[in-house]
Amino acid sequence: MLKVENLVVKYGMIEAIKGISFEVNDGEIVTLIGSNGAGKTTTMQTISGLLKPSQGSVLLDGVDLTKIAPHKIVPMGLAQVPEGRRVFAQQTVEENLELGAYHRKDKDEVKKDMENVYELFPRLLERKSQLAGTLSGGEQQMLAMARALMAKPKIMLMDEPSMGLSPLLVKEIFRIIENINRQGTTVLLVEQNAKMALAIADRAYVLETGKIILEGTGAELAASEQVRKAYLGG
Amino acid sequence: MAFLSYLISGLGLGSVYAIIALGYSMVYGIAKMLNFAHGDVIMVGAYVSFFAMTLAGIPFVVSALIAVVACTLLGITIERLAYKPLRQASSLSVLITAIGVSYFLQNAAQLLWGSDTKIYPTVFPGSVSLFNGQLSVSYLTIITILTCLLIMTVLIMFINKTKTGKAMRACSEDKGAATLMGINVNKIISITFAIGSGLAAIAAVLLCATYPSVYPTLGSMPGIRAFTAAVFGGIGSIPGAFLGGLLLGVIETFAKAYISTQLSDAIVFAVLIIVLLIKPTGLLGKKISEKV
Ligand SMILES: Nc1ncnc2c1ncn2[C@@H]1O[C@H](COP(=O)(O)OP(=O)(O)OP(=O)(O)O)[C@@H](O)[C@H]1O
Ligand SMILES: [Mg+2]
Repeated sequence: MLKVENLVVKYGMIEAIKGISFEVNDGEIVTLIGSNGAGKTTTMQTISGLLKPSQGSVLLDGVDLTKIAPHKIVPMGLAQVPEGRRVFAQQTVEENLELGAYHRKDKDEVKKDMENVYELFPRLLERKSQLAGTLSGGEQQMLAMARALMAKPKIMLMDEPSMGLSPLLVKEIFRIIENINRQGTTVLLVEQNAKMALAIADRAYVLETGKIILEGTGAELAASEQVRKAYLGG
Repeated sequence: MAFLSYLISGLGLGSVYAIIALGYSMVYGIAKMLNFAHGDVIMVGAYVSFFAMTLAGIPFVVSALIAVVACTLLGITIERLAYKPLRQASSLSVLITAIGVSYFLQNAAQLLWGSDTKIYPTVFPGSVSLFNGQLSVSYLTIITILTCLLIMTVLIMFINKTKTGKAMRACSEDKGAATLMGINVNKIISITFAIGSGLAAIAAVLLCATYPSVYPTLGSMPGIRAFTAAVFGGIGSIPGAFLGGLLLGVIETFAKAYISTQLSDAIVFAVLIIVLLIKPTGLLGKKISEKV
C-alpha cells in the first residue's frame, strides 16, 4: 500500500533523513521506533506532504505523493494523527470531527461515520459541543485519532499517540489502534513506547539518526538484543 | 441632543473603520501578516467608483459593486504576486513588502490619475429629523451604520456556519494541521484577501460619500485608524474589529467635539495604549492557551 523509497529530507543544510526505504502492506500495523531526534516525525510529515524531500519517493498504491499538492493527499486515503495532537483548540469537538471529513462529499456516510466514531470514543460524544482546547490531554489525543478516522483513510499514520498519557490511557490508546486496524485500516505507527508498539505491530523498523538500522517482525525486534538494550531498557 | 448627534456621527465614522478593520483583522488572523497595503486598496476602490460615476455615469450603488469586484481582484493579485512567494520568509520581510506594495499603489495612482484632489459626487443627500427637528441624522450615516451591521452579521455567520468559514478558522489556528485535513491553505488565504479587499471597497465608497475628496494617499489615515481599531478590539477577532472600529469612531468624534480637534489623534492613541496595558490582547482578543 505505502512504499517509501530512498527518502532524503533536509532542513536547510542538515540532512535529517538520509535515504530510508520501507513499506507498509495492506492491513498491517507497521511501527517505526527510534529515540528522540531520530527523524520519525520528519518521515511522517514528508509522507503527508508537509515537507518536501530532496530525493526519493513516497508511493501510495503506486502514486508518488511527493509530486502532488499536500491537500490532495488526504482524499487519496491517507490521514495522519500528528505529533502533539494539534486539534483545533478554538473549535468544538464536533467541528474538529467535521474538519476531519473536510474533503468528503458523501454527507450521509459522514454522518454515519460520526456516529461510529462517537461509539468508539464515548468521551467525545459527551463533550461534542466543548471547545477542543478545554479537553484533557488524553481526550485531545482521542479527538485527534477520531478526526483522522473521519477522513475515512485506507492508511492512518500516527505519530506518538501515547505521548504524555497515563499508563492506563496508553493501554486504552493501543487497544483502540488495534481496533481501528481490525476494522480494515492499515496503520503506520511511530512510537517511543517501543515495548507496546512492538507488541501490536506486524512488522517494525528501527530508525537511528536518519537511517533505518534494523527491521523485522514485531516479535523479532522485541527479542533482539540490540533493540532491548537501546529501546526496551535492558 | 448635541451628545446624541455626536454619538450617531461617531458610530457612522466608526462603522467605516470597522469595515476596514475587519479586512485587516481577517488577513492577520489567517495569513499572520499586517497588510499595510490594505488602506491603499481603499484608495483604488475610491477611484474606481469615482470614475464609474463621473465618466461612465453609472449609478452609485452599481459603481460601488464595480469597486468591490475591482478591489477583490486587486487583493487576490497582490497576495498572489507579492505575498505568496514569501510564505516561508520572516515576518519582517513580509512587512517590508507590504509597505512596498502600499507605496507602489499610491505612486501608480498618482501616475495614472494625477495627484490632484477629485471631488466625489454627492450620494444619498438629505436627512431625517427627529425630536421635532432637534436632531437630524443624514441618510448616509444611517446607511453606513446599517451596512456595517449587515456585513458584520453575514461575516460572523459565514465564519461560524459554512464549511469554508470553518476551514478559515482552522487555518488561522494551525496551517499544518489544516493541510492534514485536506484543506487547501493557499486557496483559503486567497479567499481571505478577496473578502478583506472587497470590504475595503465598500468602506471606500462610504468614506468618500462622507468625506468627498479622492486623492492617491486617501487610504493611509483610515488605514492606520482601522489598524488601530483592529488592535484595540483584539487583532484576529472579527467581533473585536467591529467593536474596536465603532469605539474608535465614537472616541475620535467626541474628542474632536469636546476636547480639541488637534488632540483627537493623541487621545485616540492614549486610549489604545491604556487598553493594551490593561489587556494586551485587545478588548476581545483571545488568550492563546495550549495544552501540552
Ligand atoms: N524544523 C526543523 N528545522 C531544523 N531541524 C529540524 C526541524 N525539525 C526537526 N529537525 C531536526 O531533525 C531531526 C529529526 O527530528 P524529528 O522531529 O523528525 O525527530 P523525531 O524522531 O520525531 O524525535 P522525537 O521522538 O523527539 O519526536 C532532529 O535532529 C531535529 O533537530
Ligand atoms: Mg517526533
